[in-house]
Amino acid sequence: MAAAGGARGRTSFQRRPGAGPRPPALPGTRPALRRGQLLLSSGLPSLDCVLGGGVAVGTLLLIEEDKYGLYSNLLFKYFLAEGIVCGHELFVASAKEHPDNILKELPAPLLDDSHGKELGNEAAAVKSEDLQDSMKIAWRYQNLPKMEVSPTMHTKFGHYYDISKKMSPELCQSVKFHSFYLHEELPFEPKMKTWNMNSGYARLLQSIQRIISQEGFDGSDPQQKQRNVLRIGIQSLGSILWGDDVCCSDTPEDPQSLTKFLYVLRGLLRKSLSACIITMPAHLIQNKAIMERVTNLSDMVVGLESFIGSERETNPLYKDYHGLVHVHQIPRLNSLICDVSDTKDLAFRLKRKQFTIEWVQDNYLRQERNIYPPGFSYLLKQKDSAWGEGSLQHSTFLMSFLAKAAAFASRLVRHSEPREQTGSGRIRQTAELRMWRHGHRQEAPGLLVISA
Amino acid sequence: MLAELNELLGAAPERPDAGKFTLLRDTQTDGSFLVHHFLSFYLRAGCKVCFVALLQSFSHYNIVAQKLGVNLAAAKEQGQLVFLEGLQSCLDLLFGEEEQPGQPNPLQFLSGSSPDLRALFDFVRVSLSAAGSWKGPVLLVDDLSVLLSLGAAPVAVLDFIHYCRVCVCCQLKGNIVVLVHSNEDSEDEENELVVNSLCHHSDLILWAEGLATGFCKDVHGQIKIIKRLSLRRAAEQDVVQIYQYKIQDRNVSFFARGLSAAVL
Repeated sequence: MAAAGGARGRTSFQRRPGAGPRPPALPGTRPALRRGQLLLSSGLPSLDCVLGGGVAVGTLLLIEEDKYGLYSNLLFKYFLAEGIVCGHELFVASAKEHPDNILKELPAPLLDDSHGKELGNEAAAVKSEDLQDSMKIAWRYQNLPKMEVSPTMHTKFGHYYDISKKMSPELCQSVKFHSFYLHEELPFEPKMKTWNMNSGYARLLQSIQRIISQEGFDGSDPQQKQRNVLRIGIQSLGSILWGDDVCCSDTPEDPQSLTKFLYVLRGLLRKSLSACIITMPAHLIQNKAIMERVTNLSDMVVGLESFIGSERETNPLYKDYHGLVHVHQIPRLNSLICDVSDTKDLAFRLKRKQFTIEWVQDNYLRQERNIYPPGFSYLLKQKDSAWGEGSLQHSTFLMSFLAKAAAFASRLVRHSEPREQTGSGRIRQTAELRMWRHGHRQEAPGLLVISA
Repeated sequence: MLAELNELLGAAPERPDAGKFTLLRDTQTDGSFLVHHFLSFYLRAGCKVCFVALLQSFSHYNIVAQKLGVNLAAAKEQGQLVFLEGLQSCLDLLFGEEEQPGQPNPLQFLSGSSPDLRALFDFVRVSLSAAGSWKGPVLLVDDLSVLLSLGAAPVAVLDFIHYCRVCVCCQLKGNIVVLVHSNEDSEDEENELVVNSLCHHSDLILWAEGLATGFCKDVHGQIKIIKRLSLRRAAEQDVVQIYQYKIQDRNVSFFARGLSAAVL
């Protein structure tokens, strides 16, 4: 593979025409031939599917954090763990936790074949079961491709991790690791010119630029035979700990610091063999104009929305999942088209050992599998919902038609206004109805008032 | 160069226009295919192009231009294309050595020394004044909304565009093509101010929008072509045409609304 010209290392590699297939020169990467790019795995094979193959070298993946930052932190760790397993260099920046502590908490990779075979058998069993019964109601979805990539331990691209175990310290030490902990860094000294940017961000950019040029990631050292990829991870950018009040106030002091930072970072990434993941507490940023600009300046933007504390936690449609995944942007780099996957309704779930992103099984598939318990109203979501919004239709008529007849009466009791009680009703029923006082459900049904 | 778009616009590389200001606008989708089209169109037409590429690197435009049949590296060597790579100038400004007095960095406003885009305008003027053997000069900007993100005030951006119009369209009889992002219910008021102002001053607006109903595999979006005849002659009405498009690897196909190949 030849770099597309220039003394400065380009990040888009182009294959010379007529050359036969050659193994990639860099470990843990895969070429995307049509776009002339080199792809890295994000650590989560299902996320790689969503992103169109992986994270391209030279690009930025922005994760909009969920409300408590739990799941975005997991994605962050997966990205770094993948870097260690592939032998890439790491640069971790944080203002919240010390990067050494982050490194200690990475998930252990599943490298033994036996576990791989077990997962493979499971996947195969599911597949054969599907083939046997052809679908009756959701027959249009018969030939849909499966979201999950079957785990093949023998490929070098994309690994599986076990979150219940920590990565061994020997494996962590096997790669070069650069850390940036804001509170331990020296104060920013501009050399000769002013930067007009938040000092924490400026310091971080200087640090990244120094690492890239010293370690030769920008191709400045033509003698260097063994080239490697740098994975940069920045945790909770934009939060108050970085000295930026974008997340606390509607009219921040310096709203352009964050966008300037992203622009300069893009410049650094494009001219080096590196890829960056940034988690940002987007739900705290009240000024939506800033979020729009941030989205325009990032390459891939994925938002996580967890169900903790929201009403969706009890929605039966989402009972297997822990949150939704919104893909806000996929880049069109080096080509007119972009490889965006068809499925839009994505959700994630955290099993005991694994975190996966899947297509939410929509209403028709659930009918097929007959898992609608009677007596509940259902929210139906279309397969290709509108970009950014779900097209939800409240269709109790349809669902109650399909459910058993007894469900109709119970539905009335649970979800609609109770009828006026003329006499004293039975105590049990009154207790249920009193929960719907004033037209909305009471929070403390324990304080029951028995009607006379 | 996208042949179907040329037919819709009634343009041909043999006779490029003069003194026109074209605004490319995108909403909820990526309108950069229009930038690639105009870049290859004007290079094929033999015009001298000054491309202010603020958002992506040179290799990105080069690879796409090769698919559309134009070689950017060769055009740069021959002097037909003056390419300002915004990302590189930004890095030179912040990490580079002390600048030479004769060649100020075009993105000087980043370091806060001067709040306006004068240095950028000087760069454009100098590169397009020496036309040489090429036909009319063309200024291409991708994209203007980034300047607001980098700290330029909206008035400074509008001043820059105004100065460029006077210099390129009126004095040098060239063309300007500018890309901006906009959104219907956007909260970015500065951006909306710039976009609305530019809309009023443009001769031709190409507005690429995502479909209101969401993502579709066969129709990637809708393009509105607004020929602002009322700008030059007060009595005339603007002509608005709406088409839908699908982007392929080397081409973009345009068709009337509702008549995509998947449906027929």
